[in-house]
Amino acid sequence: MIYLKKSFLGTVFDVMKYVILTLAALVAVVPVVVCVFTAFKTEDEYAHGSVLELPKSFLYLDNFKEAISKANMLRCFLNTFLVLVCSVLISAMLAYILNRFRFPGRGMIESLFLFASLLPGIAMQVTIYQIMYSLGLINHLYGYMIVLMGTDIISIYLFLQFFENLPTSLDESATMDGCTYFGVFFKILFPLLKPAIMTTVVLKGVSVYNEYYASNLYLQRPELRTISTALYTFTGPYGSKYNYICAGVLITILPLLIFFLLFQKQVYSGMASGAVKG
Amino acid sequence: MKKQASSGSSSFKQWFLKRDVQRVLVILTFMAVPMLLLLLFTYIPFAKMIQFSFYNMKYIGERKFVGLSNYRRVFQNKELFGSLLVSLYYMGGGAVQLALALLFASLFVFKVKGEGVFKAAMFFPYLICGIAIGFIFKFFYFHGYVLDTILQAFGMKLENLPLWLQNTKINNIALAATSVWRYTGQNTILFLGAMMSVDSDLYEAAALDGCNRWQQFRYIILPSIKSIIVLNIILCVSGCLSAFEPPYVITNGSFGTATYFVQMNSVAHETQKVGLACAMAIILLGLIILCTVGQKLFFKYVFNNGTEDESAKAVRAKKKALKMQQRKGSRV
Repeated sequence: MIYLKKSFLGTVFDVMKYVILTLAALVAVVPVVVCVFTAFKTEDEYAHGSVLELPKSFLYLDNFKEAISKANMLRCFLNTFLVLVCSVLISAMLAYILNRFRFPGRGMIESLFLFASLLPGIAMQVTIYQIMYSLGLINHLYGYMIVLMGTDIISIYLFLQFFENLPTSLDESATMDGCTYFGVFFKILFPLLKPAIMTTVVLKGVSVYNEYYASNLYLQRPELRTISTALYTFTGPYGSKYNYICAGVLITILPLLIFFLLFQKQVYSGMASGAVKG
Repeated sequence: MKKQASSGSSSFKQWFLKRDVQRVLVILTFMAVPMLLLLLFTYIPFAKMIQFSFYNMKYIGERKFVGLSNYRRVFQNKELFGSLLVSLYYMGGGAVQLALALLFASLFVFKVKGEGVFKAAMFFPYLICGIAIGFIFKFFYFHGYVLDTILQAFGMKLENLPLWLQNTKINNIALAATSVWRYTGQNTILFLGAMMSVDSDLYEAAALDGCNRWQQFRYIILPSIKSIIVLNIILCVSGCLSAFEPPYVITNGSFGTATYFVQMNSVAHETQKVGLACAMAIILLGLIILCTVGQKLFFKYVFNNGTEDESAKAVRAKKKALKMQQRKGSRV
């Protein structure tokens, strides 16, 4: 930390610092906290009281029950998990090849991936939809998974970066001992990738869990809905019944909040390393 | 020499264990899936996008070649092209967001009690899904609800308060504010990470030499995080051009809040004018590439003075040397 001379100016600065940070934290928290209040309110309380009032009791759960019957939480967790596993594996394998082997066309392949990260995602969906349609992949979970994996450039970059810092002497000594290239990857390097896998899981996990646009296009049957699409259906029937909507919002936020509180450090460091190529 | 194996399976095994064969095999198997996916979901769609942009077509049914008329329509249609101007509000928001993040991060560099709580509170909005954020702010801005109640507590009258989402003078600012709310905390964490990686001896030496806080910020902190700021500005501009979720959920693009992507979404999926949507997508892509390259050049020529340029050169030379070394080392 920084060495400071204690002076009058220093004290003023200290006070200002806390005032600014408290204000910022309040601005960040208030919209969500109001949602928490509203989600516990009965129809009557919601219609007549002020929005900022506390609910009479935090045990009134009918709004949540109603919201849960709409959103299919388990399904979303399953989707997120499957996409994560596949995406981690294939990006790690690709990064291994691109980092450890020299062969004609390698540089070109790397720049192909780099350019792909420039293309705006939502714009591409216009034609990706066509391809998905002609392959018959719409309204299937595996179709959705394939799309998310195919448009995932960031994790490849995370792994590429990480491989740069893994010494090649590891591979060499293993090959000397008669290990095959497959063995080198699965037995030696993959276990060492743990920090990079953690980062990918954090970054990808959150973005897959929150993903809306692709699931809206490719998972149209109600029983295949993900968190975001399920939540979006609240616009119609509930209109401005915000006590239900807030309950729905909180249900989607809660798992993220738990995840964040448990893995705070990893989330922060993951953000930092993901941003370099993000 | 080993004795030649007689059975077919073991000669296959020998062939398999040869280095060269294995090298080719591992490259092919590990690359096949990602390359196929890249082709299928990035480059084929991209090529088709260019092709479709010259046709008048729907998802199913006949196509008609129309040349450049789709592009002409995008530039001539005020509703479509004008929606790019809406991004300016988001860019304004982006500037505010970067400035705030810089301020908060530099405050965190000095000792703060309860740092973890402040950081967590500011960062968490980034993790919430766009749709949920949309609902939170639809509720927040609703006439007579959260924001209005707070302002009333400060003595304002409800009759004098505007309709935040319907008044065309302010609704875009209100929407851009939601994305400032969402991303400021994340930017703060990024900047803070870069600032903390500066050697703390530097600060101490500077303080001993009588530097005040502004000087510490200007001459130690700012140079050390220049590259991450540039990167964030670039990301911010392309993010602003492709803003989608706030207007889509909160106002559904009504009252002049439709951004380019919201327009494109409705052109592509509601009216199914696929050709027109593709032309829009390509124009946007061109703009994004232009901005990215332009900004890189701008920062290279405007902000680099003599000494920093030299250090940049040194860094590049170092990187090159490292790469060469690695290349030698990695020939397994």
